[in-house]
Amino acid sequence: MYMCILKRGQEFGRQCNFSDRQAELHVDIVPDPSLAENFIERNPVDSGIQCVQEMSEHEVNTERFETSVRGINHTEGGWPKDVNPQEVEQVTRYRKKVEKDEMYINTIQQLGTVMEHCIKQNNAIDIYQEYFDDIEIDPIDEVPSAKTINVFRDPNEVKRTATNISWYPDGPRKLAVAYCNLEFQGSTPDTCMDSYIWDVENPNKPEMTLKPVSPLVCLEYNPKDSHVLLGAYWDTRKGSQPVEMTPIEHSHRDPAYKAIWITSKTGTECFSASTDGQVLWWDTRKMGEPTEKLVLDPTKKQDITKAQGAMALEYEPTMPTKFMVGCEPGTIMSCNRKAKTPAEKIVALYTGHLGPYTHYKEIHSFLKTSLVLVIGKLEQYQSYLTDGCWSPVRPAVFFVSKMDGTLDVWDILFKQNDPTLSLQVCDEPLHSLRVQEQAKLIACGSHSGTTTLLELSDGLSLLQRNEKNLITAMFERETRREKILDARHREMKIKERAKSSADKEKEDEKDEGDINEEDLYQKAEKEFYDIIEQEKKRMENKQMAKDDMDKTDTGKQSPIQEEEGEEKTNGNPENADQKKD
Amino acid sequence: MSVQVKKQKQTTMTQAVNSEVEEKIKRVSSYKGVIGLIIVDSDGIPIRTTLDNSTTVQYASQVTQMNQKARSCVRDLDPSNDLTFLRMRSKKHEIMVAPGKDYTLIVIQNPSE
Repeated sequence: MYMCILKRGQEFGRQCNFSDRQAELHVDIVPDPSLAENFIERNPVDSGIQCVQEMSEHEVNTERFETSVRGINHTEGGWPKDVNPQEVEQVTRYRKKVEKDEMYINTIQQLGTVMEHCIKQNNAIDIYQEYFDDIEIDPIDEVPSAKTINVFRDPNEVKRTATNISWYPDGPRKLAVAYCNLEFQGSTPDTCMDSYIWDVENPNKPEMTLKPVSPLVCLEYNPKDSHVLLGAYWDTRKGSQPVEMTPIEHSHRDPAYKAIWITSKTGTECFSASTDGQVLWWDTRKMGEPTEKLVLDPTKKQDITKAQGAMALEYEPTMPTKFMVGCEPGTIMSCNRKAKTPAEKIVALYTGHLGPYTHYKEIHSFLKTSLVLVIGKLEQYQSYLTDGCWSPVRPAVFFVSKMDGTLDVWDILFKQNDPTLSLQVCDEPLHSLRVQEQAKLIACGSHSGTTTLLELSDGLSLLQRNEKNLITAMFERETRREKILDARHREMKIKERAKSSADKEKEDEKDEGDINEEDLYQKAEKEFYDIIEQEKKRMENKQMAKDDMDKTDTGKQSPIQEEEGEEKTNGNPENADQKKD
Repeated sequence: MSVQVKKQKQTTMTQAVNSEVEEKIKRVSSYKGVIGLIIVDSDGIPIRTTLDNSTTVQYASQVTQMNQKARSCVRDLDPSNDLTFLRMRSKKHEIMVAPGKDYTLIVIQNPSE
């Protein structure tokens, strides 16, 4: 169907003239019923409709808001021009004048009455009185949670790992974070070496920059003097340059992985451990050379060539001479500083790790000292765990950071085979972890230098009723069970030995008899089944022992079940001995 | 002459009224739990106080601002309404503000005392 309109050339461009005219028919299409046969009527018809308004969800992150803090000086103002508020005479004169004002008198009379009414009200009844104050709410109802408060990013172009975090000892206001590229030689020469002190409120700019001469792996606040930091020894009052440094010839040959202040009267003593296999004691008043030295030689001969590099160091404030060192090959050494001979300095050696001892970064063994003063506990971890620490308030809670960027919170009273709370802090490996003294705040440092500040829910940060007793009971039970298991192991071994010797005797007897082909065949078969049977039994025994361990072992979260679960109550020497066996 | 007498009369009257005000202030501030009483004018200048100077200045400036904010809030919600009294309960005490036209009376009370 088409329609053609003709128009003369000379009429182009002229204005149109519209006029009425009759309707005219251009085409008439008659209905064709045969076409309808091509279609089938659908009855009933299903079609979906939505009665509510259609909506879409869209998330957007607002741009980061940069804030800055500026000071402003307030002075007293508002006085009439001719009155100087500093001049007492002028002020009193002005006030006298106002007090004579009739308006003033009236207002005060009136307001005084109203005020009196309110004061009387307040004195008559305490409208904010808590009626059911003494009823305790069941704390179990609360789901443990944690929320991110602030994120502190490494302000440098080349991102470095946040290797150590230390909280400001006087209240949760500041964080000292040490930044260092852990592939020491692999770092580019222009990598920044600074470490920072952050104000927890301000993630945009570090409060202070520490400028060391070499990158810092560890950084610790002095618990006694909140201005002094250890790492290369700083005094924040004296600017960002280090106050004093240990001379190269006397200090560690490798990076010092951990340094701790010793709780002493002077608050100036500290000690450090390094991958060069040495533990050195220092006094900040005399940094020229270490006050004491210990080589972490497992053969106890102080031989530096056999020393094992230390990755972790922990020390219990109540027993100032004893400390524990976690070494690269996965061993943990318990050492005593005050021992008379060098050989006695290393009291005990615990090996726990069965994993490959190839790369030190993959094997970290962490030693944790719980705040329940009697309980020291050893904890062994798989490769993907990077750092851990106990809650300073709740003895049953500890925190573990992992390579996949998650932070696990364990409550061993609540659950022992699963973390109570698992939190994805960031997408990259977490490297360090530190809990604030009140246990409400946790700071996590990641591989690329991002430090995340988390706040825990009350359930995880407040001491529960009977918790200390329960945890002590639990550790005691564990030690008892360990002993029983050990005894049983020994018993089984003896039994097996007896049995195998009996078997041998039997076989010997048989050997003496005639040997024909039939017998040989039967004998071989029997031997085979015997071996199978023995093997089965052994496996069963192992399984049983393992199961038992799993049930109660708190630190067991590794997929590869290791021989683990070394708990000990300090001041219980027999137990320690047992471990040495 | 007569004018002089009148003036004298007025002063004595104001003195009498003045002592009445004094008495009122004394009574209010002697109630149980009352820590301090401050009278400020519409500019936030403390006229009368029972507290030390720095505390008074602090309270005067802060409470005046709070009072203005509260008043504008009430008026924004309903223009025909007005603020008559402001009580602020804090952890330590209660700050009560009675706003007048030109003067404001502030009382700090420790209700649990």
